[in-house]
Amino acid sequence: MISSVTSFLASFVGEPMADMILNIVIILIKVAVVIVGTLLHVAYATYWERKVIGHMQLRLGPREVGPFGLLQPFADGVKLFFKEDIIPADADKPIFYLAPVIFFTSALTSLSVLPFFDGFAVANINVGLLFLLAMSSLGAYGIVMSGWSAGSKYSFLGGLRSASQVISYEIAMGLSLVGVMIMAGSLNLTEIVRAQYNYPTGFYAIPQILGFFVFFVAMFAETNRLPFDLPEAESELVAGYFTEYSGFRFAMFFLGEYTGMLIMSSIGTVCFLGGWTLPKFVMEALPFLSELPNFVWIVVFLAKVYVFMFLFYWVRATLPRYRYDQLMNIGWKLLIPLALVNVVFSGTLKIMGWF
Amino acid sequence: MLQQLFFGYYAFMIIILSLLVVTRGNPVHSVMWMLLLFFHIAGLYLFLNAEFIAAIQVIVYAGAILVLFLFVVLLLNLREELSLRQIAGSWPAAFFIVAALFITVTAALGAYVQGPVGSYSIEAIRSETHTKALGRLLYTEYLFPFEIASLILLVAVVGAVVLAKRKLRS
Repeated sequence: MISSVTSFLASFVGEPMADMILNIVIILIKVAVVIVGTLLHVAYATYWERKVIGHMQLRLGPREVGPFGLLQPFADGVKLFFKEDIIPADADKPIFYLAPVIFFTSALTSLSVLPFFDGFAVANINVGLLFLLAMSSLGAYGIVMSGWSAGSKYSFLGGLRSASQVISYEIAMGLSLVGVMIMAGSLNLTEIVRAQYNYPTGFYAIPQILGFFVFFVAMFAETNRLPFDLPEAESELVAGYFTEYSGFRFAMFFLGEYTGMLIMSSIGTVCFLGGWTLPKFVMEALPFLSELPNFVWIVVFLAKVYVFMFLFYWVRATLPRYRYDQLMNIGWKLLIPLALVNVVFSGTLKIMGWF
Repeated sequence: MLQQLFFGYYAFMIIILSLLVVTRGNPVHSVMWMLLLFFHIAGLYLFLNAEFIAAIQVIVYAGAILVLFLFVVLLLNLREELSLRQIAGSWPAAFFIVAALFITVTAALGAYVQGPVGSYSIEAIRSETHTKALGRLLYTEYLFPFEIASLILLVAVVGAVVLAKRKLRS
């Protein structure tokens, strides 16, 4: 079908031009599919979170809107969309407007390099892992700028806390992924998944247990989630950096936070749990699985992402918040040294040929 | 043609953004323009097929150093800062130095000769990936300068710790 479209276009604008146009159209379709899929996931991630935490606290969670409360996310969305957009008199307007956009776009941009199943990534680039780290550090700007520009003490303190937290844990997170880079020998996310498939255990979480632990803890700090949600600690800071935001601007922070969680879960899935693949020994035991078309494997990918998301909720319902000095001590004195030890171990074992 | 257009865009924007950074009255706005500037520099690296350097440019400069800048700027007293003049009194001296530098560079441009083409052509880098090529060169041929650079950074880290400790004691 694609070739007939190409030849039809080529009759108007010539062969090379037609290829280019078709490529752009395909990329745009991919982008639309990924963004719509993610936003739907974000909507139901909030619903699922409220249900999970509700049941863990012996409540029922949302159940009034639609069957089992399934339409609750849409009701929330409509409500947020029609709220008045309030801007504090003291705010630095251009930056106040820009901050949620930076936060949300940096989260959405990260989606472009994630491989959801074999051969499907909007941009399959060689430095995919570094790109993800770069985008997650860019998100910090949204938080800091929103805290500063609102002209409110609570926002400001929340922004400052978040900035130092994100910078500290970014180091630990980057270093924890170095072990994976060493084992896979590549920064390309698709290559990392393929390397895991060819590894005996089928995923890197087993030999890279230290790296996985550091990544797992840093993941919570990077997304400002409990037990590290000090930037938005309600009892101290009202809501932290987005205290002064309302309506759709607040919704952007909200969506960005959940997109960030989904992305962190996806990075964990791709780097430590083997992405869309099942371990090789499973595939050899059940040969009919390799007959399945490529896109079916997104189910495996999503299942692994959901495991991470569930852990986010579980931890939120279970653990109390850390104190700020404890947070910094964990980051600098525990996680970074552990990650460095892991780098040395992985490098040594790689040279000895064990990995 | 497309290449020249790309390069022209990046070069032009880098100059404009640099000017915006130094002329803003509000230091926080300066930092935001600088963020955009860093992205354009990263774009220029990408344009040269140096994807690793581009990613590191964003992670290190935009993600770490500039956030620390921002941290310091946020703790300044902004009201005082806003009333300061943007151009220091010693500008004629600075202008003279910059003008001299500009003339020297322009004069030297005429003597530019393209060096011999090395073994790392675009095709070679593409097949090996930029990260691998860079890593291999850094840890073999340029190991000594690389270690010296690391040592200098280590000195800076130790120096910062010593300064902070001294303040704690007094």
